Amino acid sequence: MKIPVWLRPVLLITALLVVWQVAIDRHPGQLLPGPIGVALGILELLHHGLLIKYVVASLFRVTWGFGLAALAAIPFGLMLGWHRRGEMAFYPLIQVFRPISPLAWIPIAILWFGVGDLAAIFLIFVGCFFPLLLTAMSAVHGIPAVYFNAGRNFGLSPSAFVSRVLYPAVVPQLLIGLRITLGIAWLVVVAAEMISVNSGLGFLIVDARNAGNRYDLVVAGMVIIGTIGLLLDLGMRSIENIKSFHWSSSEG
Amino acid sequence: MASTEAVVTEPGTRPKLRVEHLGMVYERDGERVAVFEDINLDVSESEFICIVGPSGCGKSTLLKVLAGFLSSTSGSVTFDGESVNGPDPRRILVFQEHGVFPWLTVAGNIGFGLSKLSRAQREERIAHYVQTVRLEGFEHTYPSDLSGGMKQRVQVARALAVNPHILYLDEPFGALDSITRVIMRGELLRIWQSERKMVIFVTHDIDEAVQLADRVVVLSSRPARIEDVLTIDIPHPRNISSPRYLELRDELLKLIGLAYEI
Repeated sequence: MKIPVWLRPVLLITALLVVWQVAIDRHPGQLLPGPIGVALGILELLHHGLLIKYVVASLFRVTWGFGLAALAAIPFGLMLGWHRRGEMAFYPLIQVFRPISPLAWIPIAILWFGVGDLAAIFLIFVGCFFPLLLTAMSAVHGIPAVYFNAGRNFGLSPSAFVSRVLYPAVVPQLLIGLRITLGIAWLVVVAAEMISVNSGLGFLIVDARNAGNRYDLVVAGMVIIGTIGLLLDLGMRSIENIKSFHWSSSEG
Repeated sequence: MASTEAVVTEPGTRPKLRVEHLGMVYERDGERVAVFEDINLDVSESEFICIVGPSGCGKSTLLKVLAGFLSSTSGSVTFDGESVNGPDPRRILVFQEHGVFPWLTVAGNIGFGLSKLSRAQREERIAHYVQTVRLEGFEHTYPSDLSGGMKQRVQVARALAVNPHILYLDEPFGALDSITRVIMRGELLRIWQSERKMVIFVTHDIDEAVQLADRVVVLSSRPARIEDVLTIDIPHPRNISSPRYLELRDELLKLIGLAYEI
């Protein structure tokens, strides 16, 4: 019997859930709630209206932090990639800031912005800015000289050159960078919410533990985080697959 | 038919493109390396010139200078008395590979240089050149779905669409398989005969040069100089097994310094 491709992951997940539940039933204890307990936890969160509220709060912070980072880093990175001298001037500085984990910025973020949305948004911004900057720079470096020459040959003005050659040439690289960085943003938001705000999925996890060791809600939060991360990735991939963006894979 | 005089002009035609004492030197590790020197050439309107020479002799660099992408270090290039300094839509360079924009469809590529025209004019021009290079039905196809030969057709059409004075081709069929290459030569000749543009075509393929050119410019190895200019006095369509064809082909091989018995 041939199993359809889409069914395979579903079957695998179902099997793992069954194994999980069986293992929990055989060894009941405090180590981990079972899948049924987690599912009940998700239902409880839905029932109280917390699930939607927290998901929206987390997505709100990611949207702002990630969006602002993209708006700042991409034009700046394209410019640096284009002007090699500027790049040489900034490069050491970028390499010093880049390896600092966004979590190391938490005290600074709270000092500057207090406990609240702004601090979380700032942390996501910091976490996304450097990867996006480097992506934009290397995307410019990767443009074949022949596109520049062809563009110059047809007498484009500098602004037309940017919009009709430079921008479309870097889009595929940028989309991949944006997708990976959105994953980083989603990682950072959970950590930021554990410390600097009173809502969101990260807060849900700490709060569930602190307010009575509700590990079913902790795991429920983790499952929701994973699911939304998956959906974000799928969303970005579907943008990458738009034909006029997707050219690089076949045209190296 | 070889002429020892480098500056040759067909009698009665006014030279349009004039290359005088053109030389190019670049510095590498403090040493001055000459790419080519003292290149003199007059080309008249709608003439088909092939430039051949040993590989690495600087043919492509010379073409980039003629097209304005690189500056020479001595001498001058003028068209109609106007000096060539910088790329310009009046002279379009067709690249060997990857010259089409992969983010644009065939129609988008062909219309790339036509943004100053009205929409209706642009569409008309695109339709005309799609037909010229025989890509009807592929207007909305992206380059990733085209064969190498079709991509080169798109490049030629994109170049012709802006109605340039000169078409520079840098080994345009060099990356194609041998059958496609022969077909593309025929296509280029057909297009050239209807459009009557000046064509300067760099190749390392002797047969390509003898089949296409009015005159073949033979370069020496580095630093490249014009070794000779060979006039191909066979009318099109050329019979590639005629005695005259074989004679000119042999002459060209000898000029390049190749033994033709292997």
